[in-house]
Amino acid sequence: MEHITDTFTPADYKSDQSVRWCPGCGDHAILNTLHKAMATLGVPPHMTAVISGIGCSSRLPYYMNTYGFHTIHGRAAAIATGFKVANPEMTVWQISGDGDGLAIGGNHFIHAVRRNIDINIILFNNKIYGLTKGQYSPTSDRGFVSKSSPYGTTEDPFIPAELVFGARGNFFGRSIDVELATSQEVLVAAARHKGASVTEILQNCVIFNNGIHNAITDREFRADRTIHLRHGEKMVFGKNSEKGLVQDGFLLKAVEIGKDGYTIDDVLVHDAHCQSNFLHQQLAMMDGKELPLAIGVIRDVEAPTYNDEVSAQVESVRARKGFDSLRSMILAGETWEVK
Amino acid sequence: MNEKANVKVLDKVVVRFSGDSGDGMQLAGNIFTNVSAGVGNQVSTFPDYPAEIRAPQGSLGGVSGFQVSAGKNVHTPGDSADVLVAMNPAALKQNVKFLRKGGVIIVDIDSFKEADLKKALYKTMNPFEELGITDTVVEVPVTSMTKAALAESGLDNKAVLKCRNIFTLGLICWLFDRPLEGALRHLHGKFAKKPAIYEANAKVLEAGYNYGANIHASVPTYRIDTEDPRPGVYTDINGNTATAWGLIMASEKSGRPLFLGSYPITPATDILHELAKRKDLGVKACQMEDEIAGVCSAIGASFAGSLAATSTSGPGLALKSEGIGLAVMAELPLVVIDVQRGGPSTGLPTKTEQTDLMQALYGRNGESPVAVVAPCSPTDCFTMAFEASRIAIEHMTPVILLSDAFIGNGSSAWRIPEASEYPEIKPRFVPENLANSNWQPVMRDEQTKARYWAVPGTPGLAHRLGGLERDAASGALSNDPVNHEKMVLLRKEKVARIADDIPALEIACGCADADTLLVGWGGTYGHLYTAAQQLNDEGKPVAFAHFRYINPLPANTGDLLRRYKRVIVAELNTGQFADYLQAKFPDVDIRRINKIQGQPFLVQEIVEGVNKINEE
Repeated sequence: MEHITDTFTPADYKSDQSVRWCPGCGDHAILNTLHKAMATLGVPPHMTAVISGIGCSSRLPYYMNTYGFHTIHGRAAAIATGFKVANPEMTVWQISGDGDGLAIGGNHFIHAVRRNIDINIILFNNKIYGLTKGQYSPTSDRGFVSKSSPYGTTEDPFIPAELVFGARGNFFGRSIDVELATSQEVLVAAARHKGASVTEILQNCVIFNNGIHNAITDREFRADRTIHLRHGEKMVFGKNSEKGLVQDGFLLKAVEIGKDGYTIDDVLVHDAHCQSNFLHQQLAMMDGKELPLAIGVIRDVEAPTYNDEVSAQVESVRARKGFDSLRSMILAGETWEVK
Repeated sequence: MNEKANVKVLDKVVVRFSGDSGDGMQLAGNIFTNVSAGVGNQVSTFPDYPAEIRAPQGSLGGVSGFQVSAGKNVHTPGDSADVLVAMNPAALKQNVKFLRKGGVIIVDIDSFKEADLKKALYKTMNPFEELGITDTVVEVPVTSMTKAALAESGLDNKAVLKCRNIFTLGLICWLFDRPLEGALRHLHGKFAKKPAIYEANAKVLEAGYNYGANIHASVPTYRIDTEDPRPGVYTDINGNTATAWGLIMASEKSGRPLFLGSYPITPATDILHELAKRKDLGVKACQMEDEIAGVCSAIGASFAGSLAATSTSGPGLALKSEGIGLAVMAELPLVVIDVQRGGPSTGLPTKTEQTDLMQALYGRNGESPVAVVAPCSPTDCFTMAFEASRIAIEHMTPVILLSDAFIGNGSSAWRIPEASEYPEIKPRFVPENLANSNWQPVMRDEQTKARYWAVPGTPGLAHRLGGLERDAASGALSNDPVNHEKMVLLRKEKVARIADDIPALEIACGCADADTLLVGWGGTYGHLYTAAQQLNDEGKPVAFAHFRYINPLPANTGDLLRRYKRVIVAELNTGQFADYLQAKFPDVDIRRINKIQGQPFLVQEIVEGVNKINEE
């Protein structure tokens, strides 16, 4: 784990507002991790902006001692985009939940990713609407029973990673609210990535969807059902790293190292920087059943950012045309003089 | 120059070009406008084009028109045309109603074959008789003359036919004594990168002019009187471009960089086009994924410290409502431009109306006051876009600019102002004495009630804004009932106090002590002004006042209205501004003239409307 910089401590990013989330909510852990990630990054609080939509998670900006904007439902990505284009020196974070980001804000989400605006989107995924007291969300599994689906949902969910890759995303990371170190590692990498980054954090809603991620996150079998991917390292998992991922024809396969003729040499090495997202997508789609759920930085590829390109275009066109004012631009066009 | 027989001198003249939407009527009309403005005429234009990009050729649905008035004392594109150009039978059928009695029709007789007449659903083979036309019809073989002129050009048939509009332009230039140099200059600018096309058009232009000279015996020709305009450098400008430039001027005068978040929508898209070009002046114009993202990206840019705007038309304004409410709550400067079109829903996308007034004033959840201003002419779009920006920045509020399709697409000659003619815009940054103490984002200037603006990136001023209600003193989130009422009234008062910072309402023309006051707002100014002048000329005294500041109204509005026995509000809707005034001034006798046809007023309609009310 990287050390927190001397310049700033996590406390420098904390506001004096009392945190209003329910006791036991996964959001507390994510907030603390974000404070730590920011201190690690060392970007001063006044050069940091945190922009959110609506939902439990979107309260987060109030708990930050940075510039912050708690906006309207679903629109944070669009507001963050305008902010970053207008003030590109700032580091911009966008806080969204699965409802805010993928239902009402789905259009802005995919376009922010496609456009590759340099913002860091944290997607708190608890597969439920908490603030409206328990309706299914676009990430709830088919058949999920909630107040608005008393007989079970009749629709398939989004898998956030699949949406990110469909929108040609260049950074996707994943963590779990209780995996503090992993969350911090992924958030720091997300912020250092130039361009749109999406970090999905599986988060537990103690009140309306308690234990929704338990099948994966329970301590008893978390090591077997998750795999922590690190760039340049072998894809191994299990309590004693006794398992690994290998390529099996066109697909991935989990094997026990030393069994069925598989050795550590057969185990794939993670390459987060590979331009092709083919394997990244396969890794991100693993769901903890047949194959372990991937956490860590799954894809991290450099590409031109929207804000840099806009600024560069403005500079080059300005230099080429050489107008010093509106009037000089108009006078260069079709005019006539009346004396 | 050719010798002219039968030359009439006119104050002003109205020409209407009409043809298939692919016939280049807008281009021919625009060049004629620029040439006229270049010789010192006042000009006013009205492009009237179909919503379909290319309806079937020769069909009634595909007719595109461009009307221009040029001369002295020109405030409107004219009620009716002195000369109508019809490139085919469909154009004739659709446009003959716009010709004044005794006007002249010029047709491309080559396009009046049996098949052409059928496409335009004529029942007989004599379209002129069928339409009951008794005016002078000049039958010009435009197509064959164009082909003959370009026989040696090497251009294919399709390219040759595309020059027909310029043949007609040449003929019109002869008719109105316009030197060809100006038209050639515009053609050269238009086809700078296609020299062969320029050469062809130049040749055809001259051919059209010479054709006119050769047939001069059969048509009277006109010389249009010129006005002595203010000295200066002029350009031709339409309302949408003027709006874009007004924002840029406000950016220069405020020192705040300009950001536009927008989404294409007729008839507002040209504002996005223009500002996208103006990267050469540092403008950041972003085409977003939808209307909501347009306003939201602008709100983000405003929070980030920019002069931020979004441009749209009625349906888009509806989508932006929640975003505008956020800017009201967060007290951020924002300019929302609505180039109004016929509604509701998709309505009449290319036609003009003033039907979004109530939406602009009230179309949001909660008590959500915003400033509303409305430019009164294409060139006034510059001034009012500047004003909208000034009010937004100095009063920390969203401002809605209600333009419309008529002035947005219409153009006139415009004297290019010096920057010194516009005031400095002073952003209300956090004062130093507050910045060093316990500053809160609800702290405000006592006189205007405007919140102070802390630009992100400034050390020591990190703060959180949001859509939730806040405590008036501490800025902390608050559900306190009394505090909420206090904040609602505070936001209302902040917008109301803008009245101290805008010009008083004046009598624009007419007889100030008449019994009747004619009132309008926004893009109808030219028609109402001309109607008021005409009424007074006819010995029917009427005063005329026009509103460009809608919310708040100028402080003297009540006093001025009460000086008249009756106030007639003329507007292109069912009476939205009349209702608004009546609610504010219940003691004033308010009468109405309304039109909801997607078309601007005719001067005559207003004259008759006023006469009818006054005779009651």
